[in-house]
Amino acid sequence: MSQTTTEKKYETVIGLEVHLQLNTATKIFCGCANVFGRDPNSQTCPVCLGLPGTLPVLNKKALEHAIKVALALNCKVNPYIKFDRKNYFYPDIPKGYQISQFDLPIASDGYLMIPLADGAFKRIGIKRAHLEEDAGKLIHDAHATGSLVDYNRTGTPLIEIVTDPDLRSAQEAFDYLHILKLTLQYLNVSDCDMEKGSLRCDANISIREMGAPNLGTKAEVKNMNSFRAVKLALEFEENRHRTIVESGERIIQETRLWNEEKAMTFAMRSKEEAHDYRYFPEPDLVPFTVDQSVIDHVRQSLPELPQQKLKRLTDQYKISEYDAAVIIQDPDIANFFEECTKHYAETKKICNWINGALFQELNARKMTIKDLKITPQDLTTLIKKVEEGVLNNLTGKDTLKFMIDSGKSTEEIIQEKGLAQESDDSVLEKIVDEIIAANDKVVAQVKEGKDSAIGFLVGQAMRKCQGKGNPKKFGEIIRRRI
Amino acid sequence: MITDKDVKYIASLARIHLSDEESALFTKNLEGILHYVGKLEKLDVSKVEPTSHVLPLKNVYREDVVKPSLPQQAALKIAVEKHNGAFKVPKVIE
Repeated sequence: MSQTTTEKKYETVIGLEVHLQLNTATKIFCGCANVFGRDPNSQTCPVCLGLPGTLPVLNKKALEHAIKVALALNCKVNPYIKFDRKNYFYPDIPKGYQISQFDLPIASDGYLMIPLADGAFKRIGIKRAHLEEDAGKLIHDAHATGSLVDYNRTGTPLIEIVTDPDLRSAQEAFDYLHILKLTLQYLNVSDCDMEKGSLRCDANISIREMGAPNLGTKAEVKNMNSFRAVKLALEFEENRHRTIVESGERIIQETRLWNEEKAMTFAMRSKEEAHDYRYFPEPDLVPFTVDQSVIDHVRQSLPELPQQKLKRLTDQYKISEYDAAVIIQDPDIANFFEECTKHYAETKKICNWINGALFQELNARKMTIKDLKITPQDLTTLIKKVEEGVLNNLTGKDTLKFMIDSGKSTEEIIQEKGLAQESDDSVLEKIVDEIIAANDKVVAQVKEGKDSAIGFLVGQAMRKCQGKGNPKKFGEIIRRRI
Repeated sequence: MITDKDVKYIASLARIHLSDEESALFTKNLEGILHYVGKLEKLDVSKVEPTSHVLPLKNVYREDVVKPSLPQQAALKIAVEKHNGAFKVPKVIE
């Protein structure tokens, strides 16, 4: 596709704000359970309902999780932090203010590296990450004359992760979110489930003339419920901004909502007042100091992160970057792979089986590798049987299916189902002779030198022996017999 | 310098309705308060650390242990209006 001159003239600038719900047992400032999917307003107490005279107390685990996130995002963990009140009137926050962090957040000045198409990496600055409480859930369309409020979510611990305006395209935003989510999953601080709202993303986007020193007027885009939606919404906004600027009009700073059905953004029409949050220090929570010894302790407990794992797997096992990238999408899969390599040296073959047949079976069952009854050794035994010629690729995949369903070993399945490949030449020859006798026309084509006709005969032979033959061997015999 | 416009803006943020007489009164009062606090600007605070809290306390935590929540009906007792277990409020999105 050819680039128009306008596409060269403007530069897109994007910054992302990700809100992550932490998977602590309780809420951030009270002992109510931090759970999803209960009856509305059944997980509240005077503290999270914001009743007068109640006092918040910080959940120690929430702070520890935040330090983990800070270190994984290469941030500076600030040694002295405090909480602040962000004041606004809206029914999702019953006290009239959200407890957040303003000028002394837990983390600042970090970065994440995202892969670019050409194989290089780009540094995306993390401006800050801070702890705050979630607001309640508003339901607008369940009642004709009112909005409904469920305060179960009020007080859920959140960490908000804010990037610098370093992203230059919707694709970069998508890639950043992918790496960020994977990193957060490795840390095991959240289930990172966008459908449940555990991970939410708002975007700030503006355009400016290439090389201009100042940022253009931005739009804040909300209501995207998947990474794909973030990408589509940003692409839509990019075009909207261009159209406005090119027609000589001015962009209005506003909040816009992504409409999934119409695949467009619309200006949010809300009765909320203009944003003037009048932050001030939260008097009910005393400040916190984070000692270097605590930071060191958390740093030592950090797991190997996805990008480190990718590098190690490609170096250590000589597998392709593509294979490694697939495997590290789930740390449990990566562990399964590494266990497999202890029983079988052909790492490339193990990758093919995991990324191919095993993934297929897991997806078909909506299972994760943790739900599997089969062990890494079971899989390598199966792969060896295929490599030895006892099973072919097809019967091998069938065996895997039976193994997953029954939890039985490769040998047991082969015996039970009679799946072992027929290796007795006289049996194979007999099958080939029958096929040749039954397909005069095709045999004639083969004799005329039409090689593709052999493939048809091999297929017939495989069917005749119910998949238990070796297609290569059948091919040889057919050539010999005709 | 506090103006009538400032007072009206602050009142709207706080959802307080003020009559013109009240607005004039609070403009005068707030001006007086700011003038009084303004005396601090004459003090030398160059050797004083910025302070957000005056209590000699820090690092007050809670362990991550679940405590019972209020039953739904108890939580909803304070609701002016309710519907299917939820608090009902005037529509906030048009």
